[in-house]
Amino acid sequence: MKRHLISAADLSRADALLILDTAEELAGLADRPIKKLPTLRGRTVVNLFYEDSTRTRISFEAAAKRLSADVINFSAKGSSVAKGESLKDTALTLEAMGADAVVIRHGASGAAHRLAGWVRGSVLNAGDGTHEHPTQALLDAFTIRRRLVGGSGGPSPRGNTVGARGAGLDGLRVTIVGDVLHSRVARSNVLLLSTLGAEVTLAAPPTLLPHAVGSWPCTVSYDLDSELPKSDVVMMLRVQQERMTDAYFPSVREYSRRYGLDAARMARLPEHAIVMHPGPMNRGVEIAAEVADSVRSTIVEQVANGVTTRMAVLYLLLGGTEFPATEFRAVAR
Amino acid sequence: MTAGNPGTPAETHARWLIRGVTVLGDGVQGSRVTDMLLSGGSVTAVQSGLNHSGARVLDADGLIALPGLVDLHTHLREPGREDAETVETGTAAAALGGYTAVHAMANTDPVADNAGVVEQVWRLGRTAGHCDVQPVGAVTFGLAGARLAELGTMADSAARVRVFSDDGRCVSDPLLMRRALEYVKAFDGVIAQHAQDPRLTEGAQLNEGEMSARLGLAGWPAVAEEAIIARDCLLAAHVGSALHICHVSTAGSVEIIRWAKSKGWPVTAEVTPHHLLLTDEFAVDYDPVFKVNPPLRTGADVAELRRALADGTIDCVATDHAPHPVEAKETEWAEAAFGMTGLETALRVVHQAMVDTGLLDWRGVADRMSVRPARIGRLTRQGIPLAVGAPANLTLYDPAAPAEAVVSAGASKSRNTPFAGMELPGRVLATFLRGVPTVLDGKLA
Repeated sequence: MKRHLISAADLSRADALLILDTAEELAGLADRPIKKLPTLRGRTVVNLFYEDSTRTRISFEAAAKRLSADVINFSAKGSSVAKGESLKDTALTLEAMGADAVVIRHGASGAAHRLAGWVRGSVLNAGDGTHEHPTQALLDAFTIRRRLVGGSGGPSPRGNTVGARGAGLDGLRVTIVGDVLHSRVARSNVLLLSTLGAEVTLAAPPTLLPHAVGSWPCTVSYDLDSELPKSDVVMMLRVQQERMTDAYFPSVREYSRRYGLDAARMARLPEHAIVMHPGPMNRGVEIAAEVADSVRSTIVEQVANGVTTRMAVLYLLLGGTEFPATEFRAVAR
Repeated sequence: MTAGNPGTPAETHARWLIRGVTVLGDGVQGSRVTDMLLSGGSVTAVQSGLNHSGARVLDADGLIALPGLVDLHTHLREPGREDAETVETGTAAAALGGYTAVHAMANTDPVADNAGVVEQVWRLGRTAGHCDVQPVGAVTFGLAGARLAELGTMADSAARVRVFSDDGRCVSDPLLMRRALEYVKAFDGVIAQHAQDPRLTEGAQLNEGEMSARLGLAGWPAVAEEAIIARDCLLAAHVGSALHICHVSTAGSVEIIRWAKSKGWPVTAEVTPHHLLLTDEFAVDYDPVFKVNPPLRTGADVAELRRALADGTIDCVATDHAPHPVEAKETEWAEAAFGMTGLETALRVVHQAMVDTGLLDWRGVADRMSVRPARIGRLTRQGIPLAVGAPANLTLYDPAAPAEAVVSAGASKSRNTPFAGMELPGRVLATFLRGVPTVLDGKLA
């Protein structure tokens, strides 16, 4: 694996499977009374957040702490950043403090990439502008595998709680719905899910798809209804407030009518299909409350899986290239 | 321009014998190796075996003599952003790149939208003495796109402004553009348009295409340039006024300009060195040194721009030299300033992109980098082929100099060259402005 995780394109299929399998090992930890491993004791992880994102920051913080790393939360608000310090100067400051890993969330596409050129430690992209959010894609893949890929490798009955180690998502049909143009979640998922063998379809109004989407490893549809019956996974994207006023679609009501997932649309899905959302949701816009709260919904699971998957990534970037299963089991017990 | 020489009398009156230099053909006669005598600011003899006593001798074996290069599009930043560039440093960079005249763009602070500022810039150029500085006047007050600047007053000033541009911004209001085009007819002016529809490029960062989609950067669509060019060509035809199109960057723009020229409309166009060599794929690492406006485009665009420069659809190369301090580029892509330096590398880039590819010979280079830009800029004493009686504005270029990596540190105050580390052929050995060397042996004289 590379030293940094900036784009889902940085991950080969083997890398991605190693992370998912490691996460599977670590998942057992969450059910134990003591949720902590000593693996990253003495290592420092900085959460550098230029955008408010409580859920992602907490997820990374929990992941690092469960691996016994020292965590420093650096929020751009109220810090030197608010006084106009450049990203480079902040990077040099973190470098001087000896950060082994920097988890960065930033409003500018490419910020994580730039940061990686200025620090020696590992850089984990926790969302950069409208570019990527690779750990979100990993936790989504992990969630899909746990739900839909059983030990035999084929779709399994709902309720399966252990993902099949070593298995990809081959042949699974994933439909990603909504504002793909501005979505870092969509970019990372298209790359990672296709690396893992899934067939990805983007369903969105043409205004919310990149002009060059034809070069992506996925298919495109403007008609959500025709995609639903053949989808194993439907992933709904959040509609950002500002898109609603910038002529991407005529009205929220029309968007919701054409691309929102309500109970009637959900009924068109195959029985085993799951519904995902990276959160936070706009209930009643891209997803109806009864869908979000249905048994198909993996939204709460995604949050839990986020911690596990981020532990795996931190472990592999900072701790080693392979998970020492026996050592881990001894400690965990 | 009719400016006198700022040099000392001894320098001014020194005669130079350029020995064994290759002088380009004129269409009747082919290129030949000969001697050239510069005296009193002019070329006074071009023939073999000149042996003029008292003249300083420059051995030009293997060197090509080009008429001094003329840049239609330079940002000298003074007044206002002397941390990025000054007239002194910018023109020194120009001389090192082989230029004897540059057009200084109007987007300074204060804006060059009045006689005071254009005369100040013009005088700073004369004082610096590295090359002629011809100020460009703003089309609208404060570049605000709302009402016309005092174009006639700038034209009548000591700076004798003929080229007007809001460069950096587009004159997007069609009525204002029409009026500007019409108005400058009174003094043989030309409007140089920065073609960019503002609504289609709000927040735009990079050419809209595969790279912008992948990198998650807001797209700058080709149509935003092409739509303005098409509109302005129609306006220029309607009012019969001279339109010059700055930094053409797309294959579609070329097609429109080709069509306009085929109608005989008074339209000229320029292309930058960077658009002749680089593509949007250079943005892959989010290094803002590759951030420029208009953005780097695709390989297909680069190929078409080269063809258009070769066949004359695009009249000239203009650098859009846009210096920025380090901190404006050592940042996130979206935060970074648009622009690249270019004066010191332009000729070498054109050598690589146009000559080494067989698209243009050296006579063609002289035409596209000196003769035509001088004509478009209404400079009567620049861009004149080197023959007896011509002003002694020339560049001696070694086309056989081994390719060397470009270094970012040069005479410019800024280091934002996208070519740093790239190997480019050729070397400018000397530049003469009215018979006085501004550059000798590749260094400022």
